Parts: sequence; C-alpha cells; structure tokens
Amino acid sequence: MKATFKAIAVLAVLISFSSCQKNSRPNYQYMPNMYEPVGYETYAESDAFNNGVEAQLPVEGTIPRGYSTYDIPDTNEGYELAKQSLQSPLDSVQVDLVRGKELYEIYCGICHGNRGNGKGKLVEREKILGVPSYDDAGRAITTGSIYHVIYYGKNTMGAYTNQLNEEERWQVVAYVEKLKADLEK
Amino acid sequence: MRQVVYRIITLPLLRLGFVFLLIFSNNLGAQDTAAEGDVAAGKALFNANCAACHRLNQKMTGPALANVEQRLYEEEGLDREWLNAWIRNSAALIEAGDSYAVKIWNEYNQTAMTAYPQLTDQDITNILAYTAAPPPAPVAKTDAAAQAVAGEPGISNQIILGALALLFALLAMALYLVKQTLNRFAEAKGIEVKVEEKRTPLWKAFAQNQFLVLVTSIFFLLASAYFVYGYFMQVGIDQGYEPVQPIHYSHRIHAGANAIECKYCHSSARVSKHSGIPSLNICMNCHKSINEVAGPESEYTNVTEEYSKEFYDGEIQKLYKAVGWDAAEQKYTGETQPVKWVRIHNLPDFAYFNHSQHVSVAGIECQTCHGPVEEMEIMYQHAPLTMGWCINCHRETNVNVKDNEYYTKIHEELSKKYGVDQLTAAQMGGLECGKCHY
Repeated sequence: MKATFKAIAVLAVLISFSSCQKNSRPNYQYMPNMYEPVGYETYAESDAFNNGVEAQLPVEGTIPRGYSTYDIPDTNEGYELAKQSLQSPLDSVQVDLVRGKELYEIYCGICHGNRGNGKGKLVEREKILGVPSYDDAGRAITTGSIYHVIYYGKNTMGAYTNQLNEEERWQVVAYVEKLKADLEK
Repeated sequence: MRQVVYRIITLPLLRLGFVFLLIFSNNLGAQDTAAEGDVAAGKALFNANCAACHRLNQKMTGPALANVEQRLYEEEGLDREWLNAWIRNSAALIEAGDSYAVKIWNEYNQTAMTAYPQLTDQDITNILAYTAAPPPAPVAKTDAAAQAVAGEPGISNQIILGALALLFALLAMALYLVKQTLNRFAEAKGIEVKVEEKRTPLWKAFAQNQFLVLVTSIFFLLASAYFVYGYFMQVGIDQGYEPVQPIHYSHRIHAGANAIECKYCHSSARVSKHSGIPSLNICMNCHKSINEVAGPESEYTNVTEEYSKEFYDGEIQKLYKAVGWDAAEQKYTGETQPVKWVRIHNLPDFAYFNHSQHVSVAGIECQTCHGPVEEMEIMYQHAPLTMGWCINCHRETNVNVKDNEYYTKIHEELSKKYGVDQLTAAQMGGLECGKCHY
C-alpha cells in the first residue's frame, strides 16, 4: 500500500510540473541577467525620468536630426495658405510613385480606397463614412492642401506625421495627385 | 408629377414616411419638400458627403442632424433657403454675418464645413428626407430560429448522454441482481460455489523476475531522461505566450475582418529595429469616429458569442479614457493615462534583431514569423524565437537579388562560389555569428 501511495505522490509532482506552464505568464529563464538588457529598452520603464517611462518626447523647441519644421499653423487660414502656396520639394526625378503607392496603400487606402475614390475597405464595411473622392469639386485639393491635411489631419481624419516622415509624406502627396488626375480623366 | 421613376421605386417608403409625418410633424407645410425626398438616395448621399462629420443622433465634428430641417424651422425660424445656402457655401454665410451661422461656427470650434456647390435641390431634399426618416426598426432577424438550431444539438447530446448513463446503471443493477439470485439458487440446491485459491499476485510475480525489473527500470530511466531533457530545453522559450493586455485589442477584427495593413499601426517596422507599439493617437485615427462596434444585426459585425458588443464597446471606452477623449464634447481633455501594454516577443539581450532589415529589405511578410495574426483574437507568440529557428529560415530562404544593380557583382561572385543560381540568406552571410551576437 505504501508503495502505491509513493507512486501516486511522484505522479502528482510530475503532473504539477507540467501544469506549471501557463500561457498568460512568461516562461522561466536560465540566466535572466544575460537575457535582460542593461541599457534602456524601447518602451521600458525607467526611473531616470519623472513619468517613469523610457520613451520621451523631444525637448520643446528642439528639432530631431533629419527633421525640419513646418511653419504653417493648423487653422482654417493655414489650410488656405497651404492650399494656395505650398509646393512639393521633390523634383520629377525624386518622385517615386512605386514607393508612394506602397505607402498610400498602407496608410490611406484603407479609407480613401486604393483608387482614391473614397471607397476603402472601412468605408465599404460602413465603419467610417463620408470619405470624399479626391476629385471632389467642393474641396478641390491641391499639392499644398494634401500635404497640410496629412500633416495635421482635418475634421475626422487624424494626422499622419508620426507614421510618415517628411519625404514619405511628399511621396504620398505625389501619388494622391496622380490618383486625382486618373479620377478626373 | 415629375419624379415618376422615384415614386414607383419608393412608393412604400414614401407611404411610410408620410404616415410618420402625419404623426410626428406639427408643421406639414415645412415638411412638404422633404416628403418628396427619396430616403434611400438621401442615405447614399449622406454617407458619401456628410457622415464624415455628422451623425444623425450624435454630435461629432459637426452637430447631430436628425430632423435638422424641422428643428431649424421650429427653433430658429430658418427655412430651406437658409439650409441650401449653408450647405452650398457656409463660409459665405458666415462672412455675411448671418447670426445663426456665426453662432454655430463658433460653437463648433470654427471648423469650416466643406462647401457642396455640386448638390442639386433634389439632392438636398433627399438628404433631408433621410435625416427626417424614422430610424429603421431593429431587424428582428431569424434569431429565435437560429438559436433553436444552435441549441438543439447541445440539448439532445446531453439527453443522449443522460439516457446512456441511466441505461448502464440499470444494466449494472440488473447484473448484480441476477448474480444474487443465482447465488441464492445455488445455495438452495446445496451446490457449493467454488472459491478460487489465492495465487501470487501479479505485481509480486513481476518483482520476483529480475530480468523484467531490469528492463522496466531502464525503460523508466530513459523515458524520464527524455522528459527531463524536454523540460530543460523549453526553459527560456515563450512560444504560445499570451498575456492579458490592459485593453483587449482584437487583431482578428482589425487585421483580419477589416484588413488593415500591419504597418498601418506598426509603422516603425519599416524603418527601425523595433516594430513599435502604436501610440494611442493612431488608434484615434479611426476610433475618433468609430465609438462602438457593429452589433450582431449588422452585415459587417465582428462580435461573437464569447466577445459581445458590450464587451468591445467597453474596451473602446477604455481607450477613450486612456487617451483623454471626451466623446460627448468631441475633444481631448488632456488627462491621459499611459497604457501599460505587455510585451510578448522578447529576444534575449545577447541576440540582435532588426525589423526594418527583414520587413523593408528582405520583404518578408509579417506572418512568416508572427503567424496567423489576422485570426488571433488574443495575440500570442507564434514562433519559438530560438536560434535554431532563425538559422533554419536563413538556410531555406532565397534572397531576392533581382533589380538590385548596386550589388549585382557581389551576387554573381557569391553564386559562382557556391555554385548555385539562387542564393540563400545563409550564403549571403546570414550564419555569421557576429551578425546577431556582438
């Protein structure tokens, strides 16, 4: 009898070992101090800053390397100003429609439609409504207004400044203008 | 009697609308024009032009528009003329100093409404007819029937199981009773029931046989060594790790049903070592206007039995709270609470991995490593992320050297060296220790 009890006890221990693995918890590590980074990891917690996180915004008034400022303000007047005057810094050689299309279809096509007619997947599925076609007469978008709206967003559309850098934004603008021209044909 | 075609198509709708008007409208005179509108056409126009900023019963970028014509007439004394002027060019109306126009412009943070000079009188009539139409009665789908169909197998299965259990119990009882009766008969007739002699129990016989004991213990030792090895080898591997996140985010709905590109949210995967967790403003790109999920009655619903509409709506509210969005006022309060997402994929510090190198340069699909994310309700780690797994992929994956003129010469040299047409990542140096460990 004692032997049976022992066997059962051993079995129970084995089973409890195997059931220790739980998917909602990370697994054990052999040498955590080789796994865990000493330096700061992206998004890690850190007591070096007051708000306790490692990810910080750039200091106010500074510009990260490779960035430039956009001086037109996010107002109705600013929109009009950009619409009238803002031009693309890319010349015809720098415009890369293949890349523009790639970026457009990631960030814009989901609502504006891959043809720019305002019938993206989210619109078709009635999640977001009222997305205009690029050839909409009332809006009459221009190079400057497209860039301005990508930069700040407008009404329900959000800003895409942190998903696209300056050069990528201009590539998308060029591609949107191509779509607009295609729609107006 | 102009709109004959419309009338034929929408006769039932018009009748309904007319009944509605008779019941609810105090001022039939003002509604005459709306009564001629085509609600279906109006809905299409509304969705295409207005719905970006207006909902029927909810304030958005612009005011709610249900019954707008009637309300304007009753509350402000403004008629269709004014509405037409506003819709076609609100800026001109504001500039001209129209008191209500200026008031509404200031009330909505001086957001300029896009001008719609292209809308005809009939278009506007249709749109207004749509705003005045009663909300469609909740479609009583064949829910009851569906439930009955869904419910039946469950119930009948249980019944069958219960019946079987009962049957076995009865059978066991019957057998026991039969045995008892037979025993009694035997006793009554004086027949002695043989009681078998006790033999050596099986386990004792087994223990006495030394050969068998030896073989079994070797077997047990090998088996336990196998399991112990397996246990130690999986330490440090988080395959299948599926933590509970502070806000329930369904990749199934976003990346699957709505087919949003992975890189829409994880945009830094294109350009950086990390595939970043999107900041909440990216959620708000869409959730500024999507404040609830489509219920089960919708054609495009994503709710399941396990995850209800109420549950998902609650999660969207959590997002609003975290990002500090006041949905009623349609503006940010500035009170944010950073979300502590739980990181799932973690490489040890001594291994270097760069997303942009794999995503942008090699052009690998995200799913190659992250698995069928578009089907995951809860995100989990699909790949083991072990060195063997990395190396294996580097050995098997051919590198796309086409149209890469800058490196043509190197590619040709390498092809010659290895005598192959298609170079793998390993042959390009993808197995060098220093590539990942330094």
